[in-house]
Amino acid sequence: MFLSSFLRTIPISLEQGLAYGIVALGIVISFRILAFPDLTVDGSFPLGAAAVSRLIIEGIHPIYGVMLAIFLGFIAGCFTGLLNTKLKINSLLAGILMMTILYSVNLRIMGRSNIQLLTVNTLLTPLESLEMNRFIPIITFFFLVTIGIKILTDMFLHTQLGFAMRATGDNEQMIRTLGTNTDNMTILGLGISNAFVALSGALVCQDQGFSDVGMGIGMIVAGLASIIIGEALLGTKTVQRMTLAAIVGSIIYKFIISIGLRLGLAPTDLKLATGIMVVLALGIPALKKEKEGKLHLRGV
Amino acid sequence: MIELAEVKKTFSRGTVDEKVAINGLTLHIRDGDFVTIIGSNGAGKTTALNLISGTYFPDEGNIVIDGVDVTNIPEHRRAKFLGRIFQDPLMGTAASMSIEENLAIADLRGKRRGLGWGVEKSRRGHYRDILKMLDLGLEDRMKDMVSLLSGGQRQSLTLLMVTLSIPKLLLLDEHTAALDPKTAQRVMELTEKIITDNNLTTVMVTHNMQQAIQYGNRMIMLHEGRIQFDIEGEEKNNLTVEDVVKKFGEKLKDETLLVA
Repeated sequence: MFLSSFLRTIPISLEQGLAYGIVALGIVISFRILAFPDLTVDGSFPLGAAAVSRLIIEGIHPIYGVMLAIFLGFIAGCFTGLLNTKLKINSLLAGILMMTILYSVNLRIMGRSNIQLLTVNTLLTPLESLEMNRFIPIITFFFLVTIGIKILTDMFLHTQLGFAMRATGDNEQMIRTLGTNTDNMTILGLGISNAFVALSGALVCQDQGFSDVGMGIGMIVAGLASIIIGEALLGTKTVQRMTLAAIVGSIIYKFIISIGLRLGLAPTDLKLATGIMVVLALGIPALKKEKEGKLHLRGV
Repeated sequence: MIELAEVKKTFSRGTVDEKVAINGLTLHIRDGDFVTIIGSNGAGKTTALNLISGTYFPDEGNIVIDGVDVTNIPEHRRAKFLGRIFQDPLMGTAASMSIEENLAIADLRGKRRGLGWGVEKSRRGHYRDILKMLDLGLEDRMKDMVSLLSGGQRQSLTLLMVTLSIPKLLLLDEHTAALDPKTAQRVMELTEKIITDNNLTTVMVTHNMQQAIQYGNRMIMLHEGRIQFDIEGEEKNNLTVEDVVKKFGEKLKDETLLVA
């Protein structure tokens, strides 16, 4: 009985874990590569969803909506970067400001606080109408998209520009003396990060059949939880390992959540549980009096 | 050729903490000069380097490098002129990146960074060759993360990174001060070799008077943001620590300078 309910959570965890894995990849770029605690995520996730949903109900093909979502997410991230680098606003506050601004922007885009997409054609409709268990094509789709983005990220982080971005997060002074404008690296990195997050939002809303202006709340914490879980298992030795850890962590996180729900955890308590999980993961090294905590961050 | 003309820099201007760090510094450094700078704490040594590198902008005066007025050019755009090594061995390298990745970053100092591969295959052989020169076995650890290296190894790697694209001016900011005496000696020998081999124009700030006398062809003492003395050639070669103490002892106020 227990085992079968356990097994039944696997496909849904894979589907959601892969879809939200793109958020985790975005957070790897901001938190891990740039060492920038970017909270824009809670706003750029519903931004992506808002953009695609609005275009879909306006009768425009969802692929354009997805492209618009990526573009808007990129712009939102760049704005956070500009607030921090040009206006010298503390990185956490810059993210919070952007997140708050995006709440209004998202409502404007949607025209109301939620849009249902169950009765309209989305990017996933052709996959869901195939003559097989819906999980097979849907999981394949999210697997290909998420792994594709992981590979592109890995490749980018091994280019000259990617090196400069990694060095910006690692040793800003050093890469500046080597001739890189670290402000531009921060802005570009946050743009890419939030483009990923918005893409994830755009795909998740089509998968679940609705967009809601509040769907981004707690996204950053859930993403961090995913990264921490993944890194605990796979480590952070190379960039490839770090990005893989984010995706694996995201799947395991969704799995833990579904198990928790099956065991009677109230859905309303999810964010409490996730928060405690992250607090423990970040706090235990400090309690053990280890010199370095789990997060090394700039600009705070 | 570096030219500083009447450069002034005051920190916290208009507050109770106002501190005149550099007070009308005029200095002409010729190509091939190896200048050592000494001075007690607060004499303005590091501020002078920070002004040359563009970390700070001067309040007054001009800085010209190789005929280009760089007074208002930001740090990252001066990179093609300058190589810089800091006191803290952790500051010259990116710890979470591999040895070869660090070398590749330095390979493009002051150049545009695009979407080409960060480490070009064709450069690997060259990286290996120059790493061999260090004699630290790093040539067999090119994929290791720099965080695994010791302070001395990291400082040696930083020196190599400078040589990958020869700067007009090398700035050394007490770059051996944080190392144990034996390692410091090794790094200093390597520094001299690299400077001589590449005929680098160099400014070295040091706290160690013996080091300031032993290396370079010219020595400058800063005091309260001005040049106290500037000697070179024969006169410098014959200088001893005792001479300097006798002449300027009361102005040094700082015993650490006298530790050989």
